[in-house]
Formats: sequence, structure tokens, C-alpha cells
Amino acid sequence: MPYSELMVKPMREELTSAGVKELRTPADVDAFMNEKSGTAMLVVNSVCGCAAGMARPGVRLALQGERRPDRVATVFAGQDLEATAKARSYIADIPPSSPSIAFFKDGELVYFIPRHRIEGRDAHAVAGDLTQVFTEHCAVPAT
Amino acid sequence: MGTFHHGKSELHGITVVVDTTGPEIFVGRCDDEDERGIILDDADVHKDGDDGRSKEEYVKRAAMLGVWKKYDRLLIPSEKVASVRRLGEIA
Repeated sequence: MPYSELMVKPMREELTSAGVKELRTPADVDAFMNEKSGTAMLVVNSVCGCAAGMARPGVRLALQGERRPDRVATVFAGQDLEATAKARSYIADIPPSSPSIAFFKDGELVYFIPRHRIEGRDAHAVAGDLTQVFTEHCAVPAT
Repeated sequence: MGTFHHGKSELHGITVVVDTTGPEIFVGRCDDEDERGIILDDADVHKDGDDGRSKEEYVKRAAMLGVWKKYDRLLIPSEKVASVRRLGEIA
């Protein structure tokens, strides 16, 4: 059962305020995923602070770096159920977990951080993993 | 943003590998543990040798991407628990 919207609003805003586009409907997800060119990161947000409490600030930190994905979006597991199910359908070979982070290049999944790789770590460690992925796959912005 | 879980064991919310004294090994998110045993949510179980995989081979595979749950919730009795490890700490 979803939590009250009042309670999860700050958790949504922790990502959206960093420029992460929130996908609230299956149509939103399809539109995001159907854009295949370049790099894209999809964050599966969740309420549970055991891991999501580190995932969100980790994402925010990573996005402050020089390199970042062309497009970044999020769905909220346990809240936006249909959007989350649609998002998971694009990575159907991977067991569902939340929070989790999927990274795509030209429409192909090239990196995935499941929940258990976030639990017990701090935001800087999560950001460090993401920064490595960005360094490998994302272009340096034109000056 | 804080958590919403109070009065639980320190492994609450952590995905763990619970090896047993028998052929079964479990992976799931720990809800709590006490004298009765350990309670896992969204848990999978593997039996040593099933699908041609040993317990450790199963755990290594689980450590990469996670597991498909077979049980929403289960209790593994204390007398069956041989060890508990965090899945995230397994290379």
C-alpha cells in the first residue's frame, strides 16, 4: 500500500530538485525509454531509508560531476505502481529491487546497481560507483 | 531522510544470505531476528546442487543482480541457521 503523498513528497523532490525527471505514468516511462540515443539513467526510488536514504544523495552527488548522462529519470516503487512496473519491463531479466539504478547507453542496459549494493554504504560510495560509470560512458560536455 | 523502521535488529532492511545446517541457502531482505530465528522478506531459496549449482555458486550469482523472490516472507528457525552474511559484501 502506498505511503501518504505528503510523506513521500520530500523523497521525490530530493531527486527532482537535482534535475531528475519524474516518470509518473507508463506513458511517461515509454517516452523516456523509447529515446534510444545517448546515455540515460533510471533511478528506482523507494521509501525505505535503509537504502534509498543513501541512493538519493548518492545520485545527487554523482550528477554534480563533469560528466553525466544525457537523460536522467526516476520512478517511485511502491508509490507509482504502474510506472514502476513499466520501467521494470524494460529490464525484465533483472530481479526487481528498490532502490536501484539502471544505466543505458544507446538503449542498451550497460550497468545496474541493485538494492543490496546500496545498503550499508554512504552517499559518497554510491556516487563513486556512478561517477565511474559516467566517466566510462558519458561524453565530456562541450565547452 | 530517515528510515521508518524502529525497534528492529541491526540487519533490518539489509539483504542477507542465510546459510543453513542443511542443503538450503536463503537470500532475502532481513526484517528482524530474535531467539526464534531470522525473518526474511522477498526471499529466495536454493538447494545445494539444484540447477547444477553449489550454494556458493548460487550466492555469487545472487550477488551480481539479486534474486527472484519465491517467498514474500518466511522465518528460518534459529536451530537451522549456520551463518548470516550481507549479500552486498560478497564480491
